[in-house]
Amino acid sequence: MTTVEVERAPRIAIADEELKRKLDETWRTKPGLLGLLGTVDHKTIGLRYIVTAFIFLAVGGIEALIMRLQLARPGQNLVTPEQYNELYSTHGMTMIFLYALPILSGFSNYLWPLIFGSRDMAFPRLNALSYWIYLASGIFMYAGVAMGAAPNDGWFNYVPYASLPYNPGLNEDFYSLGMIFYGISTTVGAANFVVTFLKTRAPGMTVSRVPIFTWGTLTASVANLLVVPAVSLDFFMLWLDRQHGTHFFDVGQGGQPLLWQHLFWIFAHPWVYVIVLPAMGMVSEGLPVFCRRPLVGYTPVAVSTVATMILGFGVWVHHMFATGLPNLAMSFFSAASIIIVIPSAVAVFAWLATIWSGKPVITTAFLFFASMIVLFVIGGVSGFMTASVPADWQLTDTYFVVAHIHYVLIGINVFPVAGAIYMWFPKFTGRMLDERLGRWNFWTMFLGFNLGFLPMHLSGLLGMPRRVYTYPAHLGWDWINMVISIGSFVFAIGVLLLFINIFLSLKRGKLAGNNPWDAYSLEWSVSSPPPPYNFAVIPTVASRYPLWEGRLGEGERLTSVEQGPALDHEKEALLTSSLDSDPTLILKMPEDSVAPFLLTVAMTAAFAGALAHLNWLALLGGAGCLVALVVWLWPQKRLGQRVAA
Amino acid sequence: MSELVVNPGVLPVGPQEKKSASWWGVLCLVATEASLFAYLLFSYYYYDVQLTRAWRPSAPPPLHLAAPNTVLLLLSSVVVWWGERALKKGKPGRCLIALVVGFLMGVGFVLIQLKEWASKHDSLQKDLYGSIYFTTTGFHMAHVIAGLIALLFVIVWLGLGYFDEKRSAAVSNAAIYWHFVDAVWLTVFFTFYVTPYLW
Repeated sequence: MTTVEVERAPRIAIADEELKRKLDETWRTKPGLLGLLGTVDHKTIGLRYIVTAFIFLAVGGIEALIMRLQLARPGQNLVTPEQYNELYSTHGMTMIFLYALPILSGFSNYLWPLIFGSRDMAFPRLNALSYWIYLASGIFMYAGVAMGAAPNDGWFNYVPYASLPYNPGLNEDFYSLGMIFYGISTTVGAANFVVTFLKTRAPGMTVSRVPIFTWGTLTASVANLLVVPAVSLDFFMLWLDRQHGTHFFDVGQGGQPLLWQHLFWIFAHPWVYVIVLPAMGMVSEGLPVFCRRPLVGYTPVAVSTVATMILGFGVWVHHMFATGLPNLAMSFFSAASIIIVIPSAVAVFAWLATIWSGKPVITTAFLFFASMIVLFVIGGVSGFMTASVPADWQLTDTYFVVAHIHYVLIGINVFPVAGAIYMWFPKFTGRMLDERLGRWNFWTMFLGFNLGFLPMHLSGLLGMPRRVYTYPAHLGWDWINMVISIGSFVFAIGVLLLFINIFLSLKRGKLAGNNPWDAYSLEWSVSSPPPPYNFAVIPTVASRYPLWEGRLGEGERLTSVEQGPALDHEKEALLTSSLDSDPTLILKMPEDSVAPFLLTVAMTAAFAGALAHLNWLALLGGAGCLVALVVWLWPQKRLGQRVAA
Repeated sequence: MSELVVNPGVLPVGPQEKKSASWWGVLCLVATEASLFAYLLFSYYYYDVQLTRAWRPSAPPPLHLAAPNTVLLLLSSVVVWWGERALKKGKPGRCLIALVVGFLMGVGFVLIQLKEWASKHDSLQKDLYGSIYFTTTGFHMAHVIAGLIALLFVIVWLGLGYFDEKRSAAVSNAAIYWHFVDAVWLTVFFTFYVTPYLW
C-alpha cells in the first residue's frame, strides 16, 4: 500500500544535469495518440491555440477579400445580397471570436508559466479542455457555414431579423448554439488564468513585480468570468425563441428586442477590452526590451489596465445611441465612454516616454509595437468621437464605424500579435524570424492597412452605410472604395509575408539561444524551446526585472534560477500566496489525460443533438459529459486528493 | 550581491482545504454562475420596467409551497456546512451522515419544486412571463441537480474512506457549490415570489 504524503520540506537543489534528466522523463508528453489527444503541456496547448487562431485569421481574411472584390467598383454582382450578409457575419464571427481572443490565449498559455517561474498552468487539464472546446465550437460554427447556414445577421445578430419568422434557416441556430459552446471554452480558460496568476507565481514575485504583460490577460479573464454569461444567455434565449416557442424577443407577446441588444453589449463592449488589453500588455512588455530600459510608469499602466476594464463595464449603451433611449441614460454612458480615454492615454504616454527616454533598437518586433501606438491613437480618437451622442447619430452604421473597429482590432490586436510573434518565435522554436523579410512584412502590412482603412473614415463621413452589398456609381464613393480594396489586398499580402517568414524560419532561421533580445523576464532564462518542465528548480525572484538586476543595481539580492526547490517527486509545482508569493503548498500536477478531449466530444454531441432536435443524441452527449467529468474528478492518490485507504 | 534562494521549510503536499488550487477554481465557477443569474434577473426586471401593460399573472404567486421549500433548501446548506466542519474535526462518519441528510433535503426541494411547476397555469411557451419564469427557475433547477450530483459523488468517496481531516478539498468544493446554489435561490425567490407582493 502506498502512503499519501501529507507534508514535506522540499529539497533545495542545484539545477544540474541529473535533475534535468529526471524531470525531463517525468514531464515529457508520451508519444503516440495518447500524447496527441491527452497532452496537458501548456506550451503545446499554447502553440495549438496560436496555429488554430492563425488559420481562422486566414479564413476570415479571405472572406474580407471577397467582400472587397465585390465593393471595389459600384454595381457589381460577384456575390448576391444574401451571400454578402453571410460573408460579413461570418467574417465578424471568425475574427472577433475565433481569432482575436484565442490568439492572445495562445500566447498567454505558452508564456505565463514561463514568465511566472512555474511548471504549468494551475489547471493543466482544464487548459487542454479550453483548447479542445475552442476547436470544436469553431468547427461547429463552420459546419454551419459549410452547410450553407452561416450566420447572416452581423456578428451582433440583432433581433427581430435573427428571429425565426424572418430567418427560417438553421443559420442562426448554428451561430447561437456555437456561441454558447464557445463561451464554455472562454470561461474555463479565464478561470485558469485567474487562478494561475493568483497562485502559481514563483516565490518573491509579489504582485508589484509581475511582468506587465500578464496584467492585461488577468484583467480580461476576470471580465470574461463576469460578462460571458450575458451573451451565452442572450443566444440561449434566442435559440429557445426560435426552436422552443418562448417569447423573449417576440414583440407580439411583450418580448423586448432591445433586451437582446443590452445583453449582447453588456458582454461585447467588455469583450473589446478583452481582445485588446492582453495585446496592449504585449506592447508594454516588448517596448522596454527593445528600448533597453524598464517601462516608464509600471504602476500607472497596471492600474489603468484594470481601470479601463472597470469603466468598460459601464459603456455598453454607446452602441445603442440610435435606438431611442432616454437622454439621461445616453448622457451617462456617453460620459463614461469619454472618461475611458484617460486610462487609455496613460498607457500611450507611458509607451512614448519609454521610447523617448530609451535607446531603441529598431527590430521588426519594435516596429510592430511602436506602430501600434499610432494606430491605437487613430482608433481611440474615432471611438472618442462616436462616444458623443450627436456625432454618433451622424456616424453610426456608416463606414466610419467600420474604420474605427478595424483600427481598434487590427491596430491593437493584429499589430501587437505580429510583434509578439517576432519577439517570442525564437522562444517557441529556438530560431529567429528573418529580419530582412520582417521589414518587408511590417511595411507591407502597415502601408496596406492604412491604405485600406483610413479612407473608410471618409466614405463613412460621406454617408456610405456599412453592410451594403453594393452601391450605385457617382455618389462620390467610387474611387474611395477602389483605394480601400487595393489597400486590403496589400495588407493581405503583408500578412501572407508573416506566414511565409514563419514557415521559412522554422527550418532555416538563425539559432536563437536562450535570450536573443537580452530581455529581462524569466522565460528568457531557460533554453529555446524550453524543456518540458520549464525550470529545473523553482526560481526565487528578487525584483521586477530578474535578468536585468546586475545592470539596474536595484535591491540587495539577486534572482536565483540555478538553485531552489527541486520538487522532483513526480509532477509537482509550487503554490504561493496571492499577493506576496510566499510558498504555501506543493501542488501535485496531473499526468496527460484524454478526459478533456472526451468531454469535448460528448459536449459536441450534446450541442449537435440540440441543434438537430435529436433528443437521444443530446441526452447521450449529456451522459457522456457526466462520465468524462467523473473520470476526471475521481480522487487520485497520486494527486494527493485522497487518503491511502 | 548574493542570490536569493527561497527555502520554504515544511509545506503541505497536495490539495488541502483552502490552500488548494481547486478551491479558487470553484470560486471562479461561482462568480461566473452568479453572473448568469444576475443577467436572468436583469431580464425579468427589464421586462417589468419596460412593459406598461400587465404581463405578470394578476395574482401574486402563492407561497404555500415556495416559502417552506426555500426554508428547506437553506437548512440543507446548514446541514452540509455542519458536515464539512465535522470532517475537518476528524469525524468523517458524522460528515457522511450530514451530507446524506443534506442530499435528501435537496432531493426534497426538487420534488416540491416539480409540484410547484405542475401547479402553475402557465408554461414556457404560453406567454412572456412563463418564458422567463420557467427559464430562470429551470436554470436554478439544473444547478440544484448539478449540486446534488456533486454531493452524491462526494458521499460515495467519503463512504469509500477517501477523505480525512487533511484530505477534504473535494468535500469543501462540493459544499461551496451547494451553498451557492442555495444563496442564488434566495435572489430568484425574492424576485419572482416576493417582489409581486411589494409592488
